Amino acid sequence: MSPRRSDAGGRIDRLRTIRFIFDGAPYTGHAGDTLASALLANGVSLFGRSFKYHRPRGVLSAGVEEPNALVTVLRGEVREPNIAATMIEIYDGLTAVSQNRFPSLSWDVGAVNQLGGKVLSAGFYYKTFMGPVFGPLKGTRFWMFCEHFIRRAAGLGRAGTAPDTARYERMNAFCDVLVVGSGPAGLIAAKAATDQGARVILAELEPHFGGSANWSGEVIDDMPAADWAARTAGQLEGHDNVRLLPRTTVWGYYDGNTLAALERVTDHKETPGKGEPRHRYWTIRAKTVVLATGSFERPLVFPGNDRPGVMLAHAAERYANEYGVLPGDRIALFTNNDSAYRAALALKKAGAAIVAVVDVRPELSSEMRELAGEAEAEILSGHAVVATEGGKALSGFKVQRFDMESGALSGDARSIHADCLLMSGGWSPTIHLASQAGARAEWNEALQAFLPPKPTQKWIGAGAFNGHFKTLEAILDGRNAGLSAVGATGTPMAYPSIESLPGDPRPAPVFEIKAAGKSFVDFQHDVTAEDVRLAHREGFISVEHLKRYTTLGMATDQGKNSNIPGLAIMAEALGKPIPEVGTTRFRPPYSAVSIGSLAAERFGDIKPERLTPMHDWHIANGATMYAAGLWYRPMIYGLSGETIEQAYVREAKATRESAGIVDVSTLGKIAMQGPDAAEFLDRVYTNMFSTLAVGKARYGLMLREDGLAFDDGTTWRLGEQDFLMTTTTANAGKVMQHLEYYLDVIWPELKVHVTSVTDEWAGAAIGGPKARAILAACVTGTAVDNATLPFMGIVRGKIAGVPVMICRLSFSGEMAFEVYCGAGYGTHVWEALVEAGKPFGLVTYGLEALGTMRIEKGHVTGAEIDGRTTARDLHLDWMLSRKKPFIGSAMMDREGLIAPDRLELVGLIALDNRPLNGGAHVVEVLDEANPHDSIGHITACCYSPALGKHIALALIKGGKARHGSRAFVSDPLRNRFGPIEIVSNHFYDPDGSRMHG
Amino acid sequence: MLITCPYCGPRDVIEFSYQGDGNRARPQPASQNLDAWNAYVYDRLNPAGDHNEIWQHSGGCRAHLRVVRNTLTHEISSTTFARGDHKSAARHKAEGKS
Repeated sequence: MSPRRSDAGGRIDRLRTIRFIFDGAPYTGHAGDTLASALLANGVSLFGRSFKYHRPRGVLSAGVEEPNALVTVLRGEVREPNIAATMIEIYDGLTAVSQNRFPSLSWDVGAVNQLGGKVLSAGFYYKTFMGPVFGPLKGTRFWMFCEHFIRRAAGLGRAGTAPDTARYERMNAFCDVLVVGSGPAGLIAAKAATDQGARVILAELEPHFGGSANWSGEVIDDMPAADWAARTAGQLEGHDNVRLLPRTTVWGYYDGNTLAALERVTDHKETPGKGEPRHRYWTIRAKTVVLATGSFERPLVFPGNDRPGVMLAHAAERYANEYGVLPGDRIALFTNNDSAYRAALALKKAGAAIVAVVDVRPELSSEMRELAGEAEAEILSGHAVVATEGGKALSGFKVQRFDMESGALSGDARSIHADCLLMSGGWSPTIHLASQAGARAEWNEALQAFLPPKPTQKWIGAGAFNGHFKTLEAILDGRNAGLSAVGATGTPMAYPSIESLPGDPRPAPVFEIKAAGKSFVDFQHDVTAEDVRLAHREGFISVEHLKRYTTLGMATDQGKNSNIPGLAIMAEALGKPIPEVGTTRFRPPYSAVSIGSLAAERFGDIKPERLTPMHDWHIANGATMYAAGLWYRPMIYGLSGETIEQAYVREAKATRESAGIVDVSTLGKIAMQGPDAAEFLDRVYTNMFSTLAVGKARYGLMLREDGLAFDDGTTWRLGEQDFLMTTTTANAGKVMQHLEYYLDVIWPELKVHVTSVTDEWAGAAIGGPKARAILAACVTGTAVDNATLPFMGIVRGKIAGVPVMICRLSFSGEMAFEVYCGAGYGTHVWEALVEAGKPFGLVTYGLEALGTMRIEKGHVTGAEIDGRTTARDLHLDWMLSRKKPFIGSAMMDREGLIAPDRLELVGLIALDNRPLNGGAHVVEVLDEANPHDSIGHITACCYSPALGKHIALALIKGGKARHGSRAFVSDPLRNRFGPIEIVSNHFYDPDGSRMHG
Repeated sequence: MLITCPYCGPRDVIEFSYQGDGNRARPQPASQNLDAWNAYVYDRLNPAGDHNEIWQHSGGCRAHLRVVRNTLTHEISSTTFARGDHKSAARHKAEGKS
C-alpha cells in the first residue's frame, strides 16, 4: 500500500491491483481509481505544464472541471490528447503521457517562458508578431513565419496522425423525463418519476451514480450516503421504464427539448466487449428535463495559486473519502466560506495533519470554530494567503492579515509549512445546460453566484443547481421535480433523516487577494488577474471581448473554474457590481465530444449505398466501381494490364465499331399519371409534351424559376395519361421534389400523380452499328426494325421470357436503344443481351467510355448544367417553346442572362496533343508566372478515340464566335499550359447520321 | 425541432426539407410583369418573429406543409397542408373560366 493511501474506506477495491504506465514509468492503482487518484496515491504531484508559461501544474480538482491534469491516452497507434486525468478510469495496461513539455515533464525547456512573464501577457502574440510593413516578411507573412514556432511552444496535447480504428454509434431515445446528474437530487427525481410509471432516463457523467453522496461522508436514512445512493440506484435498475446511463455526459440542450449526450462505453476497459462501440452519441427527446447538475467549487485567486499541491477543498475531501487517498500529509485550507471546514475534518479523519485554516472572514461562527478545533487546526480568521512556495510540489505558503472590506493586507507575512493547500472560493451552480437552452443567468447576492432563472424550455431544476446546497434541500427538490415533471402531486412523505455537518452556504464576497506575483484566474490558458485588468485598460470590457482577448474560459474549461473569478475582477476594475457586467452565454458542448461520435454511422462500412440490380454481375466481370453519390457504377471493365485510359478507349472504340452496353439503372425515373399529366409536363419542361404521340419519347429540358437550366432527360409517353420521365442520376431526388412542390403548393388543381420508380426498373443502354442486330437476335414479341422502332420510338417485347420496354434513343451518338425491365430481372435480361451480343463483338462499357462518347457528341451533363448556365449558353435554345409559358420562361430573358459575353458551351482540342484537365482555365494570352484574364474553363475532358485527339468541353466567353480561333489552357496548380483550338461542341458526327441510321 | 405533420404526427426536423418562404405569390404563368416575378423569386421578408414557411415531409408522407415558425424561438404555432389553402388554386380556377 502506498504511503498516501489509507488502509480502509472509499469505493476502491484494494484487493484488485491495476498496473498502468504514465510517462513511461510503471505504476499501480486499484479498481475504482481514476488516473488522478492513482497517481496522487503514488505521491505524484506534477501532472503537466501550463499552456503559455510552462509552469509546473498538479491536479486541481477531482472531476470533469479539471483544467491542469490533462494527459494524452495512447491506444496502439492512436493517441487521444487533452483528457482530464480525473475522468480516466484506470485499467490494466493504460498508457498515458503528460503534455506540453520538452524533453520531459520535470525538466522542461519551455519553462524559461516564466522569466518573460511580464512580456507574455494578454494579446502578446497579436501585438508582437504584427511584422514589418515592408520587405519579404511584411504583414501576415511574418506572423505565418513565427506561428510555426509559437504553435510548437504553446498549446495542449498533440493530436495523432494514425486513423482512429474505433467504432462509434448513434442512438435516438425518447422519454417522459430525462434526469441529468445523479446526486441525491437527481436520484430522487428519477425515483419519483419512475414510481409514477413515467419513462425515465438518468444520465450521469461519472462511472457511479450518487454524485456528492459518494464522498460527502454524510448519513442518509441511517446509512452512509454512498450506500444510500447505491441502494437507490439499485432500486431504479429493477424498473423496466427507466434507463440508467452512467459515463454519459449530457453536453447540449437544443430546441424542442432535444438533448445531446455522449456515452463513453469502453474507454474504461482494457478490451471492448464484442460489438461494443467506443462512444455512443445519444439524441434524447425528453418531455421534461430535470437538471440536477450540481455545482462547481470556485478557486480563489492569489499569487502562486497554481502551484502543484494547491487544490480545491472538496476535491481533496473527495480523494480522501472516495478513493482513500490523501493529497498531502500536512494540509492547510484557505477559504471564504464554511464548506472547507467539512473538508478539513474529513482529511483529519483520513489521517492528515491539518496545520491551519486561513479564512478571509474576520468573524467565524462557533460551529466552524468547533469543527476547526476537532480537526486540530489553527484558525487564522481575517487572514489571506499571499504567496506559495516550492518547485514541483508545494513546500509552504505565506499569510498576512487581510481586511475583507478594503482588500488591504497588513502586518508581517508569516510562513507556514505545508505540502498541500486547499482552497474554496464558494460554489457556482452548474447552469451550463440551462444557459444553452436560452435562459439568462441571474445573480444571487447572498450566494455570490449566478442561479438559473425561469425555464425557457421544459426543464425543472433541483438541488445545488438551484443554489440549494444542503442534502436535505436537494432531496426535497428532487422529489418535487420528479413528481411535477410527470404532472403528479406529491403525497406527504416523511422527511429523510440526514446527518451532516453544519455550514452556512453563503460565502464572503472575496475572489482575489492582490499581492505581488502571478495570480491565476484561468489555469488552463494561463490567464492571470493582471491580464484581466490589462484587458480592461485596453478597452476590452464587455465580458465577450474579455473572453476573446484573454482567452479566459476557453478550451475544455469553458468557464467551469474561471468564469466567476474573472467576472468579479473585471467588475471591480469597472467599479460595477457583477450582475451589471453580466456573464457569457454557455454554448454546447458542455465538455469535450469525440469527433468520431458525431460522424458515427455516416462514416465507414455502415454508410448506406445504392447498388443497381446488375451490381454483382459487374463485380464478377472485372468492373472497377466508381462511387457516384450513394450509387456505385462501373467505371471501366479493365482487362489485365490495362490502364484506365486504355480500357475506356478500347470500350468506346468497340462501341463505335460494333456495339457496347452500359448499365443505366441509376437514371432517375418518375412515373407520371393522370388526366393533366401532359399539361403538367408542358409547364415544367421548356418544350412541348402535350403534342407527343403515345409510344414516343422526347428529350426535355427543365429550367428553374430564375431562368437557369436545371435538369434534362427523356420522357416517354406510354399512354394518353401515362408518362415515364427520366432524369439525370444526380438530380433524381431534386427533380422529384421540384415536381411534388408544384403539384402540391402551386398547382394543386392539376390531376397528376407522380411516383418515383427509379428502383423499380433496371435499365441497359445498348448502342453501336450492330446494336439493332443484337436486339433482333434476342427480342421476341416485336420487331425492332426502323419502321416499328424509329428514332425516339418505344416498343414492348420480351427478352429471355421477361417483358421489356425498349426506347430507341442515344446518348453515345450511335444507333442506340434503352432496354428497361423489372428490377428483379435486371441481371437476367442483361446477361441475355450480353450473350446475344457475343457474335457481334458487343463490349460492356463503363462511365469513362460513356463520358468520352458524350463529350465527342457535345452532350451536356451536370458539369455544364452547373446552376450558372442558361439554355442559350448550352445551345439548347431550340428547346425553348414560344407557344406556352413554362417554369423559368418569364425570367430567362433578363438582360444578364442574354448578354453577349456570357460563358457558352464550346469544344476544345489540345494542339500539343497532351491531356487536358477539368477545371483548367482558358486564356487568350499565356502568362505562366502570373496567369490572368480567364475567358472560361474546361468542364469535361477525355482522349477521343474517334478523333485521335485530346479534347474537352468548355464554357468560354463569346462561345460560337470563337469557333476556329486559338487560345491557351492555363492550369498553374497542375502546371499544365499549352495551345488549344476552340471548336464546336459537336466533335463527332455533327449531323447525327449514325444515330438516325 | 419537432414539426407536427397532420398525417404523421410530431416528427423530427431531420425528416423534413425546407421548401422556402410561404409568403411568395407566384404570378400568373403567362405574366410578363418582371417586377412581380422578381419579387416572387428573390424578395424575402426575413422577419424576427413569426414566419410563414413551406416544409416538405420528405422523409415521410412527402406532403408539403405550411408552417408558422417563430424565427427567434423556433416555436411552431401552426402546421397545415400547403395544398389546402393556397391562393393560386382559386386563381387558376378563375383563370380557367375567363
